[in-house]
Amino acid sequence: MSNILTEEDYRVQVKDRPFSALYARNAKAVIARGLMATKSSNWLIMVSGFFEPVLYLISMGVGLGALVGTVVGPGGEEISYAAYIAPALLAVSAMNGAVYDSTWNVFFKMNFAKLYQGMLYTSLGPLDVAIGEIFLALLRGALYATGFTAVMGLMGLITTPWALLMVPASVLIAFGFASFGMGITSYMKTFQQMDWINFVMLPMFLFSATFYPLSVYPQGIQWFIQALPLWHGVELLRQLSVGIFTPATAVHITYYLVMILVGMVLTTARLRKLFLK
Amino acid sequence: MPNQTNPNYVISADRLTKHYGNFAAVDGISFDVPAGESFGLLGPNGAGKSTTMRMIGGVSQRTSGKLTIMGLDPEQHGPEVRAHLGVVPQQDNLDEELRVRDNLLVYGRYFGLPMSYLKPKADELLEFAQLTDKAKAKVDSLSGGMKRRLTIARSLINEPKILLLDEPTTGLDPQARHILWDRLFRLKESGVTLILTTHYMDEAEQLCDRLVVVDKGQIMAEGSPATLIREHSTREVLELRFGSERNTTVAADLAGIGERLESLPDRVLIYTHDGESALEQVTARGLHPITSLVRRSSLEDVFLRLTGRSLVD
Repeated sequence: MSNILTEEDYRVQVKDRPFSALYARNAKAVIARGLMATKSSNWLIMVSGFFEPVLYLISMGVGLGALVGTVVGPGGEEISYAAYIAPALLAVSAMNGAVYDSTWNVFFKMNFAKLYQGMLYTSLGPLDVAIGEIFLALLRGALYATGFTAVMGLMGLITTPWALLMVPASVLIAFGFASFGMGITSYMKTFQQMDWINFVMLPMFLFSATFYPLSVYPQGIQWFIQALPLWHGVELLRQLSVGIFTPATAVHITYYLVMILVGMVLTTARLRKLFLK
Repeated sequence: MPNQTNPNYVISADRLTKHYGNFAAVDGISFDVPAGESFGLLGPNGAGKSTTMRMIGGVSQRTSGKLTIMGLDPEQHGPEVRAHLGVVPQQDNLDEELRVRDNLLVYGRYFGLPMSYLKPKADELLEFAQLTDKAKAKVDSLSGGMKRRLTIARSLINEPKILLLDEPTTGLDPQARHILWDRLFRLKESGVTLILTTHYMDEAEQLCDRLVVVDKGQIMAEGSPATLIREHSTREVLELRFGSERNTTVAADLAGIGERLESLPDRVLIYTHDGESALEQVTARGLHPITSLVRRSSLEDVFLRLTGRSLVD
């Protein structure tokens, strides 16, 4: 501050590059902020997120499983009910975490905590914020998935090393939902509208072959469920949990790659609507 | 390439307009700010000052018109423009999840500044904001005035060339305001361009070289505080209070005294070049106000004259 500014100081040179209005290549600052905030204040909320699927697994898998006994797994083999629903619960948890982080969390930080308002008055562009937040959501998802897989291992529900692939696959699922969620949030203006998200999520959780096979439905409903993203996540993780790979595995993965691509295009296109009003 | 229309102005707005639906928050305002000037936007709440500030920062998209900051369009070069901007928003938006000093460090990281620069800078700014002993405190434990000072300290982390201050002293006690004004003076002396919105006339008079009076998204007048007062008001003002019941009814009895009379719900203002003699005329008519005060004209009077309304409602 000691040097007095001159006219020269006010001359600024810029290079034109793609997305320069939206992206300053500094998403790492957003990520660093997220980690620091987690460390200093909201680690407890994070820990609670880990327990949710574990509690479901104990209640439904162990409790309800005692009544159900064994069921037919993805490869046609008999597996315990807990082993059947555990990968599905992991897929649901990946979805819920990613959707929460990319919708409610973004909505709150945008409109109430005014966090992004502060960030966007710096050199950061909206794409830096979006990438940073999605990365944090995925990092958290990866930690949860690792913890849940460890719990599955402790409960004796893992029989093959292939099951470890559930962790990266969970991140893939989370990425698909997070990239879409942020784009969808850009259309939301009130809390009531945000509630619609839950209205879609809950039935998807209950009916996407999470707790019983798809074959219980009539053909038309099966097609409908198969068009929804969660079913692909559930089936993908269920296959990985027992190390079965079929052409369907590739379809599930492709479904998510396309979802990520479309979601990122949507979110990027909506960034100005989301952040620059 | 950026359009270098007029390199002498660091901010150039030409018929700048912002609509929200059918509502024109900013309705075709034009102004130019040369480097190092302290420029004010004076107007009541909802006049479009904050929206203008947001467009300068490139965080709000204009509906039409032209705007350049240091020759750059903030919509096309938001990150580059903001690298040289310091922003104090109307409402503090500190990071409540981080501690006081971390707020400064993290904010500096958003500008891509290295920690080796930021650590001593953060300490210097904590000193500046008189928050050194609060460095490790949580933000929500700070008082309103402390939060405001931290927000202002934060806006200086990147050594901005242009400082945008949206109602910087609203909610501060008089002592804190004077400290802040002093700091802003020093920044101005070092060549920083200040853009300030306020609805406090004394603040505008203290800090602004030049200002525009804004109402309903439009510029009503432009000039230095002294010029505006000279052009739009008289030298002195006689303020009379007759009690809320009588203020409006008594106006008729005061007709002819001074150059102009303004009757407000809580007081009657008589614009005149000689307040004392006007007061003598009032008492000569057998009218006895509960209180009377002769003061110099201020920007408040300019605003009242231009819009028919007071600044603070």
